[in-house]
Amino acid sequence: MSLRATTSQTIGPYLRIGLEWMVIEDLAPHGVAGERVRIEGRVLDGDGKPVNDAAVEIWQANSHGVYASPEDGRGAAERGFRGYGRSLTDDAGAFRFRTIKPGGVPGPEGKPQAPHLLVTVFMRGLLKQLVTRMYFPDDPANAGDPVLALVPAARRATLIARRRGDALEWNIVLQGRDETVFFDY
Amino acid sequence: MSKLAPYRRPYWNTQPEYLFPRYASTVKRAPAQPLVVLPHTLTEVTAPVFGGDDVKPGDSDLTRQHKGEPLGERIVVSGRVLDENSKPVPNVLIEIWQANAAGRYNHRVDQHDAPIDPNFTGAGRVLTDAEGRYRFMTIRPGEYPWRNHYNAWRPAHIHFSLFGRGFLQRLITQMYFPGDPLLDYDPMFTCIADEKARRRLISDFDWETTLPEYALGYRFDVVLRGRDETPMENRR
Repeated sequence: MSLRATTSQTIGPYLRIGLEWMVIEDLAPHGVAGERVRIEGRVLDGDGKPVNDAAVEIWQANSHGVYASPEDGRGAAERGFRGYGRSLTDDAGAFRFRTIKPGGVPGPEGKPQAPHLLVTVFMRGLLKQLVTRMYFPDDPANAGDPVLALVPAARRATLIARRRGDALEWNIVLQGRDETVFFDY
Repeated sequence: MSKLAPYRRPYWNTQPEYLFPRYASTVKRAPAQPLVVLPHTLTEVTAPVFGGDDVKPGDSDLTRQHKGEPLGERIVVSGRVLDENSKPVPNVLIEIWQANAAGRYNHRVDQHDAPIDPNFTGAGRVLTDAEGRYRFMTIRPGEYPWRNHYNAWRPAHIHFSLFGRGFLQRLITQMYFPGDPLLDYDPMFTCIADEKARRRLISDFDWETTLPEYALGYRFDVVLRGRDETPMENRR
């Protein structure tokens, strides 16, 4: 028998009550292999104003491109690496993660995917989550990534973080000229 | 590795659109540009695993988190988490949060003129068992006003957040109560075009899980997206 998926509803303004206990902004504690990266960004609404009540969640592979999930049948990720992060935006709309750069992972039809994070965004005013991806700057694999290739060339840059000092900056812009590419998932 | 069964796309009219002007906050937050259809790769069909280290047994009882008992009507909220193929989903992390019996959230942004209950935080979590079952003990949340439109009141509800086996199964929703007269006035509820889908967000009173002399039972099953059973070549 086939059922229909439950309808999504907004996370509302009081998400901290339920979700703050599991804020995970450091995904790579000591001992996890890989190139350390710091990701910082802001969530901005259609007026360019910071969104101070968003939950930004990321999902990523380890430095060898393996997911810490039983659905990835290629062996286990190292202990201490879960690959999941959750940051709740502050009054400036800012979120942050410390993690490792993931390895490339297999994509459709055997084509490799460039290193990336899968990102979901929940907030008041969104009746269902937004889904997007963050890619890494100056990675030669970006040019052959099968998902980036689906994005109109003029908008691709919205999915690629920029270097800023020793951090990577990547903003989530909900509307306007620099609107982030969101996916129909 | 080239063939992965993708998740089924949402059934027509059962999921809300981003832009729904009657819910005013959507206007500046809904994407304006067209969405890009995402293929379901290994990234999308995997998800974090949660276990006993994340959730303690007492985390599912919202009435025992403080010295005293919270005010209000105790309720048992239980149900199952299944996927669209009717398979139970075990080890799902469910997080819930809600207003207290007077309709006030324990949150700095909530300025509604109703009392905070020092014995009620309003947050709980649990993992589903091998059959996808879960159970919370809590109190019935109150209705409360919000400023979306003139004389706007939210129907009583509990926020639910769930993880599945794939990150695309991630779901945040709200559970409502049967017979609530505010539902028909609520843009969150009425944004769902399909009436049956709306009704599935309303819990059922459940005599079986009602505890004599103690608490009323409400049943709320949640269905996560399911994958097509036969792997298909991903053409997108």
